[in-house]
Amino acid sequence: MNDSKQATSSDDNFTVKVGLAEMLKGGAIMDVTNADQAKIAEDAGAIAVMALERIPSDIRKDGGVARMSDPDMIRQIQDTVSIPVMAKCRIGHFAEAQILQALEVDFIDESEVLTPADEANHVAKHDFKVPFVCGSTCLGEALRRIGEGAAMMRTKGEAGSGNIVEAVRHMRTIQNEMKRLTIMSKEQLMSEAKNIGAPYDLICYVAEHGKLPVPNFSAGGIATPADAALVRQLGAEAVFVGSGIFMSEDPAARAAAIVKATTYYDDPETLLEVSSGLKAGMKGLLMQDISPEDRLATRGW
Amino acid sequence: MSDVVGVLALQGAYEKHVEMLSGLGVESRLVRFARELDDCCALIIPGGESTTMSLLIQKFNLYDILREFAEKKPVMGVCAGAILMAETVDDSRVIPLKIMPITALRNNYGRQVSSFSANLNLKCDDEDSAYAAHFIRAPGLASNNDIVEELASYNNEPVMMRMGLHMALSFHPELTNDDRVHVCWLSGFHPSFQ
Repeated sequence: MNDSKQATSSDDNFTVKVGLAEMLKGGAIMDVTNADQAKIAEDAGAIAVMALERIPSDIRKDGGVARMSDPDMIRQIQDTVSIPVMAKCRIGHFAEAQILQALEVDFIDESEVLTPADEANHVAKHDFKVPFVCGSTCLGEALRRIGEGAAMMRTKGEAGSGNIVEAVRHMRTIQNEMKRLTIMSKEQLMSEAKNIGAPYDLICYVAEHGKLPVPNFSAGGIATPADAALVRQLGAEAVFVGSGIFMSEDPAARAAAIVKATTYYDDPETLLEVSSGLKAGMKGLLMQDISPEDRLATRGW
Repeated sequence: MSDVVGVLALQGAYEKHVEMLSGLGVESRLVRFARELDDCCALIIPGGESTTMSLLIQKFNLYDILREFAEKKPVMGVCAGAILMAETVDDSRVIPLKIMPITALRNNYGRQVSSFSANLNLKCDDEDSAYAAHFIRAPGLASNNDIVEELASYNNEPVMMRMGLHMALSFHPELTNDDRVHVCWLSGFHPSFQ
Protein backbone atom coordinates (compact mmCIF):
# COMPACT_ATOMS: atom_id res chain seq x y z
CA MET A 1 0.00 0.00 0.00
CA ASN A 2 2.52 2.49 -1.17
CA ASP A 3 -0.10 5.03 -2.09
CA SER A 4 -1.58 4.85 1.34
CA LYS A 5 -4.44 7.08 2.23
CA GLN A 6 -3.43 10.26 3.96
CA ALA A 7 -4.52 10.24 7.58
CA THR A 8 -6.28 13.51 8.38
CA SER A 9 -7.81 13.19 11.82
CA SER A 10 -7.71 16.35 13.93
CA ASP A 11 -5.44 14.53 16.39
CA ASP A 12 -2.93 13.90 13.61
CA ASN A 13 -3.14 17.53 12.51
CA PHE A 14 -2.36 18.72 16.02
CA THR A 15 0.49 16.19 16.33
CA VAL A 16 2.01 17.54 13.12
CA LYS A 17 1.67 21.13 14.38
CA VAL A 18 3.18 20.44 17.79
CA GLY A 19 5.75 18.27 15.99
CA LEU A 20 7.24 21.32 14.29
CA ALA A 21 7.51 23.04 17.69
CA GLU A 22 9.36 19.93 18.96
CA MET A 23 11.84 20.32 16.10
CA LEU A 24 12.59 23.88 17.18
CA LYS A 25 13.54 22.93 20.73
CA GLY A 26 16.99 23.86 21.91
CA GLY A 27 17.29 26.55 19.27
CA ALA A 28 17.06 30.31 18.74
CA ILE A 29 14.34 31.98 16.68
CA MET A 30 15.32 35.44 15.51
CA ASP A 31 13.34 38.55 14.53
CA VAL A 32 14.36 39.81 11.08
CA THR A 33 13.04 42.72 9.04
CA ASN A 34 14.52 41.96 5.62
CA ALA A 35 16.19 39.28 3.52
CA ASP A 36 19.73 40.37 4.47
CA GLN A 37 19.01 40.00 8.16
CA ALA A 38 17.30 36.66 7.52
CA LYS A 39 20.46 35.42 5.80
CA ILE A 40 22.63 36.58 8.71
CA ALA A 41 20.31 34.78 11.14
CA GLU A 42 20.30 31.56 9.13
CA ASP A 43 24.07 31.59 8.67
CA ALA A 44 24.47 32.09 12.42
CA GLY A 45 22.46 28.92 13.09
CA ALA A 46 18.96 30.26 13.84
CA ILE A 47 16.40 27.43 13.76
CA ALA A 48 13.74 29.80 12.41
CA VAL A 49 13.19 33.47 11.67
CA MET A 50 10.29 35.73 12.59
CA ALA A 51 9.60 38.06 9.66
CA LEU A 52 8.31 41.47 10.73
CA GLU A 53 8.50 45.00 9.35
CA ARG A 54 9.80 46.63 12.48
CA ILE A 55 11.51 45.03 15.43
CA PRO A 56 9.65 45.50 18.73
CA SER A 57 11.97 48.24 20.02
CA ASP A 58 11.22 50.32 16.89
CA ILE A 59 7.48 49.63 17.14
CA ARG A 60 7.71 50.94 20.69
CA LYS A 61 9.58 54.06 19.57
CA ASP A 62 7.48 54.81 16.47
CA GLY A 63 4.06 54.44 18.09
CA GLY A 64 0.94 54.14 15.90
CA VAL A 65 -0.91 50.95 15.02
CA ALA A 66 1.34 47.94 14.42
CA ARG A 67 -0.14 45.43 11.94
CA MET A 68 0.76 42.23 10.10
CA SER A 69 3.81 42.74 7.86
CA ASP A 70 3.64 43.34 4.12
CA PRO A 71 3.29 39.89 2.45
CA ASP A 72 5.89 40.85 -0.17
CA MET A 73 8.46 41.42 2.54
CA ILE A 74 7.64 38.06 4.13
CA ARG A 75 7.83 36.39 0.71
CA GLN A 76 11.30 37.81 0.10
CA ILE A 77 12.44 36.29 3.35
CA GLN A 78 10.82 32.94 2.47
CA ASP A 79 12.70 33.02 -0.83
CA THR A 80 16.00 33.72 0.93
CA VAL A 81 16.14 31.14 3.71
CA SER A 82 15.33 27.42 3.97
CA ILE A 83 14.66 27.35 7.71
CA PRO A 84 11.06 27.87 8.95
CA VAL A 85 9.68 31.39 8.53
CA MET A 86 7.21 32.70 11.11
CA ALA A 87 5.13 35.87 10.99
CA LYS A 88 2.91 37.78 13.39
CA CYS A 89 -0.79 38.56 13.26
CA ARG A 90 -2.63 40.87 15.63
CA ILE A 91 -4.43 39.29 18.61
CA GLY A 92 -7.86 38.16 17.41
CA HIS A 93 -7.21 39.18 13.78
CA PHE A 94 -8.14 35.91 12.11
CA ALA A 95 -8.20 37.51 8.65
CA GLU A 96 -4.51 38.40 8.96
CA ALA A 97 -3.94 34.81 10.08
CA GLN A 98 -5.79 33.53 7.00
CA ILE A 99 -3.54 35.65 4.78
CA LEU A 100 -0.41 34.37 6.53
CA GLN A 101 -1.63 30.80 6.07
CA ALA A 102 -2.25 31.43 2.37
CA LEU A 103 1.29 32.78 2.22
CA GLU A 104 2.43 29.44 3.72
CA VAL A 105 4.37 30.81 6.65
CA ASP A 106 5.48 27.92 8.88
CA PHE A 107 4.22 29.34 12.19
CA ILE A 108 1.88 32.23 13.05
CA ASP A 109 2.62 34.26 16.17
CA GLU A 110 -0.61 35.78 17.49
CA SER A 111 1.39 38.49 19.12
CA GLU A 112 0.98 41.19 21.74
CA VAL A 113 3.78 43.08 19.96
CA LEU A 114 1.22 44.15 17.34
CA THR A 115 -1.80 46.27 18.24
CA PRO A 116 -4.67 43.97 19.28
CA ALA A 117 -7.62 43.71 16.90
CA ASP A 118 -10.02 42.19 19.42
CA GLU A 119 -10.07 43.08 23.10
CA ALA A 120 -12.02 40.00 24.20
CA ASN A 121 -11.17 37.11 21.88
CA HIS A 122 -8.19 35.38 20.38
CA VAL A 123 -8.07 33.53 17.05
CA ALA A 124 -9.71 30.06 17.00
CA LYS A 125 -6.46 28.37 16.18
CA HIS A 126 -7.61 24.76 15.74
CA ASP A 127 -9.29 25.86 12.49
CA PHE A 128 -5.92 26.52 10.84
CA LYS A 129 -3.50 24.11 9.20
CA VAL A 130 -0.55 26.32 10.11
CA PRO A 131 0.50 26.05 13.77
CA PHE A 132 0.27 29.05 16.13
CA VAL A 133 2.51 30.29 18.90
CA CYS A 134 1.13 32.64 21.56
CA GLY A 135 2.59 34.54 24.49
CA SER A 136 1.64 34.14 28.12
CA THR A 137 2.53 35.61 31.49
CA CYS A 138 0.98 32.89 33.66
CA LEU A 139 -0.35 29.33 33.50
CA GLY A 140 -4.02 30.22 33.06
CA GLU A 141 -3.25 32.35 30.04
CA ALA A 142 -1.01 29.64 28.54
CA LEU A 143 -3.71 26.97 28.94
CA ARG A 144 -6.41 29.23 27.44
CA ARG A 145 -4.24 29.70 24.35
CA ILE A 146 -3.54 25.95 24.12
CA GLY A 147 -7.28 25.33 24.52
CA GLU A 148 -7.82 27.60 21.50
CA GLY A 149 -5.29 25.53 19.54
CA ALA A 150 -1.83 27.05 20.08
CA ALA A 151 0.83 24.43 19.26
CA MET A 152 3.58 26.25 21.09
CA MET A 153 3.79 28.79 23.90
CA ARG A 154 6.33 31.45 24.77
CA THR A 155 6.64 33.79 27.70
CA LYS A 156 5.72 37.34 26.77
CA GLY A 157 8.51 38.99 28.68
CA GLU A 158 8.59 42.62 27.61
CA ALA A 159 9.31 42.77 23.89
CA GLY A 160 11.73 45.42 22.68
CA SER A 161 13.03 46.16 26.17
CA GLY A 162 16.33 44.28 26.03
CA ASN A 163 15.58 43.62 29.70
CA ILE A 164 15.25 39.98 30.78
CA VAL A 165 13.42 40.67 34.04
CA GLU A 166 9.89 40.17 32.70
CA ALA A 167 10.73 36.98 30.79
CA VAL A 168 12.20 35.60 34.01
CA ARG A 169 9.13 36.64 35.98
CA HIS A 170 6.79 34.95 33.50
CA MET A 171 8.83 31.75 33.24
CA ARG A 172 9.14 31.44 37.02
CA THR A 173 5.43 32.14 37.46
CA ILE A 174 4.40 29.45 34.99
CA GLN A 175 6.87 26.91 36.40
CA ASN A 176 5.69 27.58 39.97
CA GLU A 177 2.02 27.31 39.01
CA MET A 178 2.70 24.00 37.25
CA LYS A 179 4.58 22.61 40.26
CA ARG A 180 1.68 23.63 42.47
CA LEU A 181 -0.74 21.66 40.32
CA THR A 182 1.34 18.49 40.61
CA ILE A 183 0.93 18.39 44.39
CA MET A 184 -2.78 19.22 44.44
CA SER A 185 -5.34 16.56 45.21
CA LYS A 186 -7.81 15.60 42.49
CA GLU A 187 -10.61 17.40 44.31
CA GLN A 188 -8.77 20.71 44.02
CA LEU A 189 -8.25 20.65 40.26
CA MET A 190 -11.67 21.88 39.15
CA SER A 191 -11.50 24.72 41.61
CA GLU A 192 -8.04 25.63 40.28
CA ALA A 193 -9.42 25.51 36.72
CA LYS A 194 -12.04 28.01 37.81
CA ASN A 195 -9.59 30.22 39.69
CA ILE A 196 -7.04 30.57 36.89
CA GLY A 197 -9.59 30.44 34.08
CA ALA A 198 -8.15 27.41 32.30
CA PRO A 199 -9.76 24.37 30.60
CA TYR A 200 -10.19 21.53 33.11
CA ASP A 201 -8.71 18.81 30.86
CA LEU A 202 -5.52 20.84 30.41
CA ILE A 203 -5.31 21.48 34.17
CA CYS A 204 -5.47 17.69 34.64
CA TYR A 205 -2.75 17.19 32.02
CA VAL A 206 -0.38 19.59 33.78
CA ALA A 207 -1.19 18.09 37.20
CA GLU A 208 -0.20 14.66 35.85
CA HIS A 209 2.84 15.58 33.76
CA GLY A 210 4.19 18.71 35.47
CA LYS A 211 4.58 20.48 32.14
CA LEU A 212 2.55 22.03 29.34
CA PRO A 213 1.19 19.71 26.63
CA VAL A 214 3.10 21.80 24.04
CA PRO A 215 6.67 23.16 24.06
CA ASN A 216 7.21 26.33 26.10
CA PHE A 217 9.79 28.81 24.85
CA SER A 218 11.00 32.14 26.19
CA ALA A 219 10.72 35.56 24.56
CA GLY A 220 10.74 39.23 25.39
CA GLY A 221 14.02 40.76 26.53
CA ILE A 222 16.76 38.29 25.59
CA ALA A 223 19.81 40.35 24.59
CA THR A 224 22.89 38.28 25.49
CA PRO A 225 24.09 34.66 25.42
CA ALA A 226 23.83 34.69 29.21
CA ASP A 227 20.15 35.76 28.97
CA ALA A 228 19.46 32.80 26.68
CA ALA A 229 21.25 30.45 29.09
CA LEU A 230 19.33 31.88 32.06
CA VAL A 231 15.86 31.31 30.62
CA ARG A 232 16.88 27.86 29.34
CA GLN A 233 17.99 26.89 32.84
CA LEU A 234 14.69 28.20 34.19
CA GLY A 235 12.83 25.80 31.91
CA ALA A 236 12.47 27.47 28.51
CA GLU A 237 12.88 24.84 25.78
CA ALA A 238 14.09 27.37 23.19
CA VAL A 239 14.38 31.14 22.85
CA PHE A 240 13.01 33.92 20.68
CA VAL A 241 15.41 36.82 20.23
CA GLY A 242 13.82 39.99 18.96
CA SER A 243 15.51 43.36 19.10
CA GLY A 244 18.52 41.94 20.95
CA ILE A 245 20.40 40.90 17.82
CA PHE A 246 19.89 43.56 15.21
CA MET A 247 19.98 46.44 17.72
CA SER A 248 23.47 45.34 18.79
CA GLU A 249 26.75 46.44 17.22
CA ASP A 250 27.73 43.12 15.65
CA PRO A 251 24.55 41.16 14.87
CA ALA A 252 26.21 38.17 13.15
CA ALA A 253 28.60 37.47 16.01
CA ARG A 254 25.91 37.99 18.65
CA ALA A 255 23.46 35.76 16.78
CA ALA A 256 26.01 32.94 16.55
CA ALA A 257 26.88 33.32 20.22
CA ILE A 258 23.23 33.13 21.29
CA VAL A 259 22.72 29.98 19.17
CA LYS A 260 25.61 28.29 20.96
CA ALA A 261 24.52 29.51 24.38
CA THR A 262 21.06 28.06 23.78
CA THR A 263 22.48 24.59 23.11
CA TYR A 264 25.18 24.63 25.83
CA TYR A 265 23.00 26.57 28.27
CA ASP A 266 24.19 24.71 31.35
CA ASP A 267 27.91 24.59 30.58
CA PRO A 268 29.61 27.70 32.05
CA GLU A 269 32.88 27.17 30.16
CA THR A 270 31.15 27.23 26.80
CA LEU A 271 29.05 30.19 27.93
CA LEU A 272 32.21 32.07 28.91
CA GLU A 273 33.77 31.35 25.54
CA VAL A 274 30.75 32.51 23.52
CA SER A 275 30.17 35.58 25.72
CA SER A 276 33.71 36.83 25.17
CA GLY A 277 34.66 39.40 22.54
CA LEU A 278 31.15 40.52 21.64
CA LYS A 279 30.67 44.19 20.81
CA ALA A 280 28.10 46.27 22.69
CA GLY A 281 24.60 44.87 23.09
CA MET A 282 21.40 46.87 22.80
CA LYS A 283 21.02 49.57 25.40
CA GLY A 284 17.75 48.31 26.84
CA LEU A 285 14.99 49.85 28.93
CA LEU A 286 14.27 49.80 32.64
CA MET A 287 10.76 48.65 33.50
CA GLN A 288 10.09 51.82 35.52
CA ASP A 289 10.74 53.79 32.32
CA ILE A 290 7.95 51.97 30.45
CA SER A 291 4.59 53.35 31.53
CA PRO A 292 1.91 50.73 32.35
CA GLU A 293 -0.13 51.61 29.24
CA ASP A 294 2.96 51.03 27.06
CA ARG A 295 3.65 47.56 28.39
CA LEU A 296 3.02 44.98 25.71
CA ALA A 297 2.72 42.02 28.08
CA THR A 298 -0.65 43.28 29.35
CA ARG A 299 -2.20 42.66 25.92
CA GLY A 300 -4.01 39.30 25.66
CA TRP A 301 -6.94 37.90 27.62
CA MET B 1 29.77 -3.25 26.05
CA SER B 2 27.55 -0.54 27.47
CA ASP B 3 23.90 -0.61 26.45
CA VAL B 4 23.34 3.16 26.73
CA VAL B 5 21.93 4.75 23.58
CA GLY B 6 23.14 8.29 22.90
CA VAL B 7 20.78 10.95 21.56
CA LEU B 8 22.47 13.91 19.88
CA ALA B 9 21.09 16.95 21.72
CA LEU B 10 22.48 19.95 19.88
CA GLN B 11 18.95 20.99 18.98
CA GLY B 12 15.66 19.39 17.98
CA ALA B 13 13.33 16.63 19.17
CA TYR B 14 15.87 14.80 21.33
CA GLU B 15 13.65 14.60 24.42
CA LYS B 16 10.95 12.69 22.56
CA HIS B 17 13.50 9.98 21.67
CA VAL B 18 14.62 9.80 25.29
CA GLU B 19 10.96 9.29 26.31
CA MET B 20 10.49 6.59 23.67
CA LEU B 21 13.68 4.76 24.73
CA SER B 22 12.74 5.03 28.38
CA GLY B 23 9.34 3.49 27.60
CA LEU B 24 11.19 0.57 26.04
CA GLY B 25 13.36 0.17 29.13
CA VAL B 26 16.47 1.41 27.29
CA GLU B 27 18.86 3.72 29.06
CA SER B 28 19.81 6.82 27.06
CA ARG B 29 22.10 9.81 27.33
CA LEU B 30 21.94 13.27 25.78
CA VAL B 31 25.08 13.93 23.76
CA ARG B 32 26.42 17.46 23.23
CA PHE B 33 30.12 16.88 23.92
CA ALA B 34 32.40 14.28 22.33
CA ARG B 35 33.15 12.76 25.73
CA GLU B 36 29.46 11.94 26.21
CA LEU B 37 29.62 9.56 23.22
CA ASP B 38 32.43 7.49 24.71
CA ASP B 39 30.52 4.55 26.10
CA CYS B 40 27.35 4.79 24.04
CA CYS B 41 26.49 1.64 22.11
CA ALA B 42 24.54 3.53 19.43
CA LEU B 43 23.36 7.03 18.53
CA ILE B 44 20.13 8.70 17.43
CA ILE B 45 20.42 11.94 15.46
CA PRO B 46 16.97 13.53 15.95
CA GLY B 47 14.88 15.83 13.81
CA GLY B 48 15.38 19.57 13.97
CA GLU B 49 17.04 21.99 11.59
CA SER B 50 19.88 20.36 9.66
CA THR B 51 21.59 23.70 8.92
CA THR B 52 21.75 24.57 12.63
CA MET B 53 22.93 21.11 13.65
CA SER B 54 25.57 21.00 10.92
CA LEU B 55 26.91 24.35 12.04
CA LEU B 56 27.16 23.24 15.68
CA ILE B 57 28.79 19.94 14.64
CA GLN B 58 31.49 21.93 12.83
CA LYS B 59 31.94 24.59 15.50
CA PHE B 60 32.24 22.10 18.36
CA ASN B 61 34.51 19.67 16.48
CA LEU B 62 32.06 16.79 16.46
CA TYR B 63 32.28 15.99 12.75
CA ASP B 64 35.16 13.47 12.76
CA ILE B 65 34.04 12.02 16.07
CA LEU B 66 30.55 11.29 14.76
CA ARG B 67 31.93 9.76 11.57
CA GLU B 68 34.31 7.52 13.51
CA PHE B 69 31.48 6.49 15.83
CA ALA B 70 29.30 5.49 12.86
CA GLU B 71 32.07 3.28 11.44
CA LYS B 72 31.80 1.07 14.51
CA LYS B 73 28.34 1.58 15.95
CA PRO B 74 24.71 1.88 14.80
CA VAL B 75 23.20 5.28 14.04
CA MET B 76 19.57 6.19 13.40
CA GLY B 77 18.87 9.54 11.75
CA VAL B 78 15.41 11.09 11.71
CA CYS B 79 14.46 13.90 9.31
CA ALA B 80 17.29 16.43 9.85
CA GLY B 81 19.26 13.49 11.27
CA ALA B 82 18.74 11.54 8.04
CA ILE B 83 19.95 14.57 6.07
CA LEU B 84 23.10 14.65 8.19
CA MET B 85 23.69 10.91 7.62
CA ALA B 86 23.52 11.28 3.83
CA GLU B 87 26.36 11.22 1.33
CA THR B 88 25.03 14.26 -0.53
CA VAL B 89 22.57 17.05 0.35
CA ASP B 90 21.00 19.63 -1.95
CA ASP B 91 22.15 22.48 0.31
CA SER B 92 25.77 23.58 0.61
CA ARG B 93 25.25 24.85 4.16
CA VAL B 94 24.81 21.30 5.40
CA ILE B 95 28.05 19.30 5.56
CA PRO B 96 26.77 15.72 5.64
CA LEU B 97 28.46 13.03 7.72
CA LYS B 98 28.39 10.56 4.78
CA ILE B 99 27.32 7.66 6.98
CA MET B 100 24.98 6.13 4.37
CA PRO B 101 25.21 6.29 0.54
CA ILE B 102 21.97 8.22 0.16
CA THR B 103 21.00 11.60 -1.25
CA ALA B 104 18.81 13.91 0.84
CA LEU B 105 16.58 16.66 -0.50
CA ARG B 106 15.70 19.24 2.15
CA ASN B 107 12.02 20.19 2.54
CA ASN B 108 11.10 17.83 -0.30
CA TYR B 109 7.43 17.89 0.69
CA GLY B 110 7.19 21.68 1.10
CA ARG B 111 6.60 24.07 3.95
CA GLN B 112 4.73 23.35 7.20
CA VAL B 113 1.25 23.67 5.59
CA SER B 114 2.19 20.61 3.53
CA SER B 115 3.29 18.59 6.55
CA PHE B 116 1.10 15.49 6.88
CA SER B 117 0.39 12.14 8.47
CA ALA B 118 0.12 8.95 6.43
CA ASN B 119 -0.17 5.22 7.00
CA LEU B 120 2.86 3.17 6.01
CA ASN B 121 3.71 -0.48 5.74
CA LEU B 122 6.93 -1.24 7.58
CA LYS B 123 8.93 -4.08 6.06
CA CYS B 124 10.84 -4.68 9.27
CA ASP B 125 8.06 -6.07 11.45
CA ASP B 126 5.60 -8.92 11.15
CA GLU B 127 2.59 -6.92 12.28
CA ASP B 128 -0.12 -6.46 9.74
CA SER B 129 -1.41 -3.12 10.95
CA ALA B 130 -0.48 0.16 9.30
CA TYR B 131 2.05 2.47 10.89
CA ALA B 132 0.84 6.08 11.28
CA ALA B 133 3.79 8.26 10.31
CA HIS B 134 4.15 12.02 10.76
CA PHE B 135 6.07 13.96 8.10
CA ILE B 136 7.13 17.48 9.14
CA ARG B 137 8.82 19.65 6.50
CA ALA B 138 10.23 16.27 5.60
CA PRO B 139 13.25 15.53 3.42
CA GLY B 140 13.26 13.27 0.40
CA LEU B 141 15.68 10.32 0.48
CA ALA B 142 17.10 8.39 -2.46
CA SER B 143 19.80 5.81 -3.11
CA ASN B 144 21.04 3.84 -6.08
CA ASN B 145 23.27 1.66 -3.96
CA ASP B 146 22.25 -2.00 -3.50
CA ILE B 147 23.55 -2.13 0.05
CA VAL B 148 20.78 0.28 1.07
CA GLU B 149 17.47 -1.45 1.77
CA GLU B 150 14.12 0.32 1.59
CA LEU B 151 11.99 -0.44 4.68
CA ALA B 152 9.03 1.85 3.92
CA SER B 153 7.87 4.08 1.12
CA TYR B 154 5.30 6.79 0.55
CA ASN B 155 3.98 7.50 -2.95
CA ASN B 156 6.67 5.16 -4.28
CA GLU B 157 9.46 7.17 -2.72
CA PRO B 158 11.62 5.69 0.04
CA VAL B 159 11.02 7.20 3.49
CA MET B 160 12.83 4.64 5.67
CA MET B 161 16.14 3.08 4.69
CA ARG B 162 18.58 0.66 6.28
CA MET B 163 22.22 -0.13 5.68
CA GLY B 164 23.59 -2.72 8.08
CA LEU B 165 22.66 -1.43 11.52
CA HIS B 166 22.16 2.17 10.35
CA MET B 167 18.72 3.60 9.59
CA ALA B 168 17.57 6.86 8.00
CA LEU B 169 13.97 8.11 8.10
CA SER B 170 12.00 11.00 6.58
CA PHE B 171 9.25 10.76 9.20
CA HIS B 172 9.18 11.05 13.00
CA PRO B 173 8.80 7.80 14.97
CA GLU B 174 9.36 9.70 18.24
CA LEU B 175 6.11 11.67 17.81
CA THR B 176 3.86 8.59 18.00
CA ASN B 177 3.03 6.10 20.73
CA ASP B 178 3.93 3.31 18.31
CA ASP B 179 7.41 2.04 19.14
CA ARG B 180 7.86 -0.32 16.18
CA VAL B 181 10.51 1.77 14.39
CA HIS B 182 12.70 2.10 17.48
CA VAL B 183 12.24 -1.63 18.20
CA CYS B 184 13.17 -2.45 14.61
CA TRP B 185 16.41 -0.51 14.91
CA LEU B 186 17.31 -1.64 18.45
CA SER B 187 16.63 -5.31 17.70
CA GLY B 188 19.64 -5.29 15.35
CA PHE B 189 22.14 -4.80 18.16
CA HIS B 190 20.78 -3.91 21.61
CA PRO B 191 21.23 -6.54 24.36
CA SER B 192 17.65 -5.98 25.64
CA PHE B 193 16.22 -6.99 22.26
CA GLN B 194 18.31 -10.07 21.46
